[in-house]
Amino acid sequence: MTTTITTAREKGLVACTRCTRVWPIEKTVCDRCGTALRSRDLRSLQRVWAWLAVGVICYIPANLYPMLSTRMLFTVSEDTIVGGAIELATHGAVGIAIVIFVASVLIPIGKFMIIGFLALSVTGRARLSPHARHKLYELVEFIGRWSMIDVFVVAILSALVQLDVAAAINPGPAAITFALSVIFTMLSAQSFDPRLIWDAEEDHPA
Amino acid sequence: MTNEDAMIACPQCDALYTARAPDLGEKAVCARCHTVLIAPRRNALLRVMALAVTVVILMAGATFFPFLSVNVAGLSNASSVFDAALAFMDGGAMMLLSVLVLGLIVLIPVLRAVLVLYVLLPLSLGRKPLRHARGAFRLSEELRPWSMAEIFVIGVAVALVKVSDLAQVGYGPAFWMFAALVLISVFQDGMMDRWTIWKTLDEADR
Repeated sequence: MTTTITTAREKGLVACTRCTRVWPIEKTVCDRCGTALRSRDLRSLQRVWAWLAVGVICYIPANLYPMLSTRMLFTVSEDTIVGGAIELATHGAVGIAIVIFVASVLIPIGKFMIIGFLALSVTGRARLSPHARHKLYELVEFIGRWSMIDVFVVAILSALVQLDVAAAINPGPAAITFALSVIFTMLSAQSFDPRLIWDAEEDHPA
Repeated sequence: MTNEDAMIACPQCDALYTARAPDLGEKAVCARCHTVLIAPRRNALLRVMALAVTVVILMAGATFFPFLSVNVAGLSNASSVFDAALAFMDGGAMMLLSVLVLGLIVLIPVLRAVLVLYVLLPLSLGRKPLRHARGAFRLSEELRPWSMAEIFVIGVAVALVKVSDLAQVGYGPAFWMFAALVLISVFQDGMMDRWTIWKTLDEADR
């Protein structure tokens, strides 16, 4: 790859990550947009780990408690996230079951692992190239929000299916812990300073 | 005009460049991590504003008109997006979820559209920016990942499949408004070139 890249830090400058304006390195607040300036935010890793920990903790009850309770005439059934996906699959809606399973199980767990890996990789020696890790970071940033699908499904269903004695759907406690888990994980990914990925390359050239 | 005015640093990897606006419709991309840095579009200010107005109008309709309706054995229920958001309003911890859903799918998208109008309207008329225009634009950018209307639409598709073997489902006018709204937001996001807007704000203040 090109070796002609100069970073702002090498030139004694600090860049605003919000508006891309460049300032002398002593500056602490961007005059253009008001964002706090840090050439590298090493403390960002602490925030990444902290948000990630709460995200993982919230994800546990999200899988143990029911997401939905469906009452049809006199029978009540409660579905957890995985249970709901299996139920859909057995009713023939395999495509939708896959969407739910991917959005609510694979994406969250994948995100926990990728964020953890990225945070570890910038402090130690990384096996993956910065390009590959940057791709992972972009993936996590892009995909994180999509886990909210299941929460919205629960919201729509519980608003719509309120038919007196015939049928009613109500949200279960997992809906809230799942939503919180998604939010905390998004905050964790946003706390990560991707510039750290590229610094490692400069410090230990391949 | 200092040297730093003419430079731009990649917000993702800190690579430093001398900023030169590409031709309309072209993009300036970071050579190292491929983040899009500058992407000017013809008449972007006017188009972005027109789309922002459309978002506000459509959202007003999409929130309160019936969205979907269900029909089981003569019992029927129609639900608006507003109802879906309030589905969790049972007084307990679920209230938090209600506020969250309403915020993510209605309030944040509208707030972003209003902030963009507040920032761009004076600029397009060749006036000085209004007070706190920079803070407004920064807030709008910070809220970008939290605007989840498009995810809600996928949630609707999933909910439809879940309900379809339970009841007969009908689409209300708001369903189509919401679908249009999502397309428009995606389009608006593609039109908006942050670098040009920040630069225009800088120049308008001098």
